[in-house]
Amino acid sequence: MLRQIEGSRAVAETVALCRPEVVCAYPISPQTHIIEAVGVLVRTGALAPCEFVNVESEFAAMSVSIGASAAGARAYTATASQGLLFMIEAVYNAAGLGLPVVMTLANRAVGAPINIWNDHSDAMAVRDSGWIQLFAETNQEAADLHIQAFRLAESLSLPVMVAMDGFILTHAIERVDLATQEQVDAFLPPYEPRQVLDPADPVSIGAMVGPEAFEEVRYLAHLRQVDALTAIPAVASEFAEHFGRSSGGLLRPYRCEGADTVVVALGSVLGTIKDTVDAMRDDGLAVGVVGITSFRPFPAAAVREALAAARRVVVVEKAFSIGFGGVLSTDVAMALTGSGTPVTTVVAGLGGRPITGASLRECFEAAAAGRAEPLVFLDLNRSLIDRDLERSSARRRTGPTAENVLRDLGTVASGPT
Amino acid sequence: MFQVRIHGRGGQGVVTAAELLSVAAFFDGRWSQAFPSFGSERTGAPIVGFCRISDGEIRTREPVSTPDALIVQDPTLLHQVDLFSGLRDDGFVLLNTSRPVEELGLGALTSPRRDGPGIRVITLPATELAIAHTGRPTPNAVLLGGFAAAGGVVSLDAVAGAIEQRFAGPVARANIAAATEAFRSVSARWKELDHAPTD
Repeated sequence: MLRQIEGSRAVAETVALCRPEVVCAYPISPQTHIIEAVGVLVRTGALAPCEFVNVESEFAAMSVSIGASAAGARAYTATASQGLLFMIEAVYNAAGLGLPVVMTLANRAVGAPINIWNDHSDAMAVRDSGWIQLFAETNQEAADLHIQAFRLAESLSLPVMVAMDGFILTHAIERVDLATQEQVDAFLPPYEPRQVLDPADPVSIGAMVGPEAFEEVRYLAHLRQVDALTAIPAVASEFAEHFGRSSGGLLRPYRCEGADTVVVALGSVLGTIKDTVDAMRDDGLAVGVVGITSFRPFPAAAVREALAAARRVVVVEKAFSIGFGGVLSTDVAMALTGSGTPVTTVVAGLGGRPITGASLRECFEAAAAGRAEPLVFLDLNRSLIDRDLERSSARRRTGPTAENVLRDLGTVASGPT
Repeated sequence: MFQVRIHGRGGQGVVTAAELLSVAAFFDGRWSQAFPSFGSERTGAPIVGFCRISDGEIRTREPVSTPDALIVQDPTLLHQVDLFSGLRDDGFVLLNTSRPVEELGLGALTSPRRDGPGIRVITLPATELAIAHTGRPTPNAVLLGGFAAAGGVVSLDAVAGAIEQRFAGPVARANIAAATEAFRSVSARWKELDHAPTD
């Protein structure tokens, strides 16, 4: 049914249609609206049978999800930023144990400095944990990806994380075609675990594995992710047949025909990028876009194919590896090994800084003209940087950087200078 | 695409106003997108909400920087924040105040321009209307009734539908009555503003 609805609410209602049996989460912005709404659906009996477990931390939330999943229940949780980092040991365990937990990640920057706004540094921090990571471009896709996530997780025995941009998607109210219970029931069969803690047929889960077999167990986990490269598009196309709209898959090219310059990105910024590319196409500039939905597993072959005709590639990413550069760009560059296609990394939108079409256009035009540096920080306030560098070279005891920068900006008016 | 920026203070329902406006546009069969400026959502702090309305899918996610219209829920913001930043030359401002426009010190903003009608400012005593109808000083739904009359971007029926969906029976009814009175009040004056001679 077509609704004008907040992204968080759309996700909560869709998760409920997937009939999770255990939901355990700890509130953290910008995830709160999702988990509050799921909580209400459990309390009112709209989602039943389901146990909503209140816990004291994110570490406990993921641990309960692991326990529930190991006991054969369909388990769901949601978090963001510091919450994800607080549960990180259990995040690795869910993947290492092969437990199909589904988690929404309402993407938010990681501190310090503390910042509640959107970027992708939280998702990138668990890139290597063994979870499947799917990125939503719109709230429609965020809702749809959750239905696909349960299906993928349970068929592959792997946990799946659905990343949706915090605030930008979670708090945006827009048109979403919500699935019906009948549609979801027809698409998502009841959970049939591959391993289960069953007193009638006891097993232990979580053996210690030494050097004799650790590499093999890890390699098997890798193979399951490789299998996911086939399963993700298969589930997406089956979803399209059932629901009459396409969401998910590995990646989505847009206006790439004859494009000299192709922009690659994850998540909701693709909307602004597509508008920018349309305007540039109208002006005769050959620019296209590849939106990546599946970041893990990374669809290297599909990326290489989608970018085969590009003369240059621009990767716009809301995270970077401090001391090196792009994270997504590194994967894209690996996928392009041997092609000689230059890759420009554009770091943008950190800590919630708005990514404007005007700045993107300027950046894409520079790249198209071969004028872009390999690593660009979009809309960087150079004078703010210079002031801090001058301060640091002038004296030793400069004090905390974040406070100094805010004072330079005039945001913090008090304190020593 | 029609872009609206809503200014108010925490507690006045800025975020709800943006949501209601987007739902009203949806009821009118159009595409819309509402979102708040995130972060400092504390009671009394300046808050900004955004709404885009279009005949097709809205893909951009950047904040509204060149609005076609402003809805100002709190007149004490007039000379405190950069309220009119980016407002289009042919845009309009719907302002919650019981004072006449002439007393607000907005002469430079509203003076007619050679190439068009200039920015139009229309006032509405929305807080007073809200108190009279609902007993509470929350001006957001009332202003949307006025907004439906100014420019006709959304219909009054759709605004009423959005209010009805969002609030429980008596609260919804009182807000719809207030919004309807606001619609009539603005309708009468909007026609004059809209057809004002352009010098």
